[in-house]
Amino acid sequence: MKQELKLTVNGQPYELYVNPKTLLVEVLRDELGLTGTKRGCESAACGACTVNLNGLAVKSCSILALQANGGEVLTIEGLAQEAQLHPLQKAFLDHGAFQCGFCTAGMLMSAKGLFNENPSPTVQEIKESIDGNVCRCTGYNSIIRALTAVAKGEYKESR
Amino acid sequence: MSKYNVIGKRVHRVDGPDKVTGSAKYTFDMVLPNMLYGKILRSPHPHAKILKIDTSQAEKLIGVKAVVTGKDTLGKKQGIWRRFPELCDEEILCRSKVRYIGDPVAAVAAVDQDTAEEALDLIEVEYEPLPAVFDPLEAIKEEAPQVHEGVELNINVTRHIEWGDVDEAFKHCDHIREDHFKCSSQAHVCMETHCAIASFDHAGRLTVWVSTQAAYYMQVLLADMLGLREGDVRVIKPPTGGGFGSKFELDAAQFCASVLSMKLCKPVKIVFTREEEFTASKRRTPMYYYTKLGAKKDGTLLAKEVRVITEGGAYTGMGATALYLTGFFSSFPYKYPNYRYDGYRAYTNTAPTSAMRGFGAPQAVFVGESQIDMMADDLGIDPIEIRRKNGMTPNYEVPGQATIQSCGLHQCLDKIEEHIKERGTLPPNRGIGITAYGFMSGGIFNWFDTPYAFSAAVVRINIDGKVDLFTGACDIGQGSDTTLSMICAEELGVRLEDVRIHAADTGICPPDLGAWGSRETLMNGNAVKMAAADAKRQLLEFAGAQLGVNIVYDLDIKDRWIHLVDRPERGVSYFDIVKAAIRGRDGEAIMGRGHYTPHRKGMISPAFSFGVQAAEVEVDPETGKYKLINVTTAHESGTVINPVGIEGQLEGAIMMAGGYGFCEDQPMDQGKILNPSIGDYKLIRSLDMPETKILEIETYEPEGPFGAKEAGEGLTNPTAGAIGNAIYKAVGVRITDLPITPEKVFRALREKEKQGT
Repeated sequence: MKQELKLTVNGQPYELYVNPKTLLVEVLRDELGLTGTKRGCESAACGACTVNLNGLAVKSCSILALQANGGEVLTIEGLAQEAQLHPLQKAFLDHGAFQCGFCTAGMLMSAKGLFNENPSPTVQEIKESIDGNVCRCTGYNSIIRALTAVAKGEYKESR
Repeated sequence: MSKYNVIGKRVHRVDGPDKVTGSAKYTFDMVLPNMLYGKILRSPHPHAKILKIDTSQAEKLIGVKAVVTGKDTLGKKQGIWRRFPELCDEEILCRSKVRYIGDPVAAVAAVDQDTAEEALDLIEVEYEPLPAVFDPLEAIKEEAPQVHEGVELNINVTRHIEWGDVDEAFKHCDHIREDHFKCSSQAHVCMETHCAIASFDHAGRLTVWVSTQAAYYMQVLLADMLGLREGDVRVIKPPTGGGFGSKFELDAAQFCASVLSMKLCKPVKIVFTREEEFTASKRRTPMYYYTKLGAKKDGTLLAKEVRVITEGGAYTGMGATALYLTGFFSSFPYKYPNYRYDGYRAYTNTAPTSAMRGFGAPQAVFVGESQIDMMADDLGIDPIEIRRKNGMTPNYEVPGQATIQSCGLHQCLDKIEEHIKERGTLPPNRGIGITAYGFMSGGIFNWFDTPYAFSAAVVRINIDGKVDLFTGACDIGQGSDTTLSMICAEELGVRLEDVRIHAADTGICPPDLGAWGSRETLMNGNAVKMAAADAKRQLLEFAGAQLGVNIVYDLDIKDRWIHLVDRPERGVSYFDIVKAAIRGRDGEAIMGRGHYTPHRKGMISPAFSFGVQAAEVEVDPETGKYKLINVTTAHESGTVINPVGIEGQLEGAIMMAGGYGFCEDQPMDQGKILNPSIGDYKLIRSLDMPETKILEIETYEPEGPFGAKEAGEGLTNPTAGAIGNAIYKAVGVRITDLPITPEKVFRALREKEKQGT
């Protein structure tokens, strides 16, 4: 029996009817076509599906869509403001903080969650914030450098 | 100031904006109208006869559109070694026998994934389990079960490499070591699992979108397995979420999706689950090593003999090449006057082993570099010194195998020596271990029916000056789209943003062997450079005519300015000449063509990169736990085309190769992989990642585009060995089997205490 789900995704309100067992990631990818959010495992272990729910970084494969009822979701598609990239995205480009790009949305959204709570995190806090995100390409250090640059305010003027 | 406008600059990746905004559409993300979802039923037995497959109940399930088994195929066996039919041994959809837990037996297409999944449970397969063999040392015994009929002692492939007189040389050695090592398996763990969408139409054409690192191979192998003309199979590689060697074979996702689509004339998508990815997408080859090393008192290495038995798993895959390369790279990067290698690959009833980043070399380097340190220790020689004494130098010929042109190994040794000095006196239980290594810049050997490995490229200049670059190179994250666009822009004299790359679509791009063996910078790079030069030459003909210059003056293009080389201020805009030239040709675009093949460049590769890595560890002697503190690499890869790309390759390789040394493993019980999930398979994560430092070494490789060579795969070679050597330096125990777990260190420490040494 499908149930009503109301949520806001990237500023756009939606009213949907979903199966109670449907995961948030399934709604985002399969119902709304927001495929920027990836899935890399079936065990909430890789972090590729990370989005922000009410400002917090969450793995969208680890919560039911109905648990997000009434919530505000931000996905990678909502990070840039129209043509203007978010400072985190600019920093990722400058620092080569991605290669295959499959984990990138999850990394950026984990980082966004961190910066929502703490605009100037330490390197250790940055490392902790992405410890749940697996990247098989970069070895993380370029990501950590990109996020450190943002934490230091190097990308302030861009937004 | 650099003489280059584009190469060597820190640029954004050409696929960067798409990837940081979530706009890049991977095969995993694609949905086509009318598309069905496929799932694969796999064997639960390591070895069994298939007596009967009953698909009738599955077919009746509402929403199921087709169920296929081996009977729906041509019954061919696939393999990339098309010149050696006996090595084409994998049916993909097994008809009469399964050989590992995970061997596919049937596939379903349904309206959605849940229905397809449900249908799998309704397929009844009657098996007759057979005795199975899991360890290669058991598999080569007379009484072992036969994995493939008619393959004596389960020996799939053998390889022999030899030069000099090894036996005679050992007689002249002052010191000889004989050691045994064991190298473990490793999973690729691509973040995008294997997936494909196959779409067959009523006109008899098959289009396949696939997460791959070799689109052309897939085109040819699919055509062969499906009985289609190669020209009727179009393989398109969308952005691909990693490959690392696991995605240049025909896999069950592509094959089963194609078989289903051909039956239904509808698009069918198959995505491997993470569990399938771990258990049935091939893996790094485990190896048993015996190695004998002989030296003079002063550290001169006179002879080396290596014997290897590898765990092949159920099929050949690319394993024969791993067997060959582990043998070749066991001699690297030293000038052994006498060397002998014998390798044996044994079939077992385990998941097939195959190519993985480094392709046999990480095993060779772990073993070889551990043993060199052991030898240095025996002789009382410094580890840097023994490597310096025997290390390769420019223009060295590996007898009968390869010619080394550029080689910066000695500069790398100097840099690492300085680095170690800078670290100063280390606290107790800390140690720095080093390894020296090298790697090829693309393989000369080729498995297909073509005599040589090749690359080709086409450059088209459009009337607005925008350049379309067509290449078969496959960017799987390593950055070839960016590197090749940079080479094209530099050669043509335009800016990076003037180039738009079209890669790895067999319908429009020239055939190319794809991304393996670190071939794309050198091989595709040369092809792209030649194509750009060809287009540029045509433009300069027009420019010369328009400028009315004397023939003795050379023309060139830099930063969109066509000018006299000797008088750069005298020139004309690139855009104006392009417009005039194309107008003069009645609208025909300017096309440049380029190609590269390493003709008469030895057996292995036309060029080799070199490096030395130092790993620093801190060991807790109570528990055996250790931490990677710092990994510093001096790597030389010729001219650096894309510095951001090289940094990424270097650091990323440390995560993967460090994982191979530190924590990654695939334990099995009776052929069943016990940790097939990202939670259970331990990877290096951000908090485990050591500090990384890169020491730049400048060299110039005459064979490469603008002097460039390999910079990606070889970096996976050194880390496991460096960790092993560092642990020895830190606490005096030598671990000879991978991965070097805290438990092994703990046990070795207790053993050492017991012996009171």
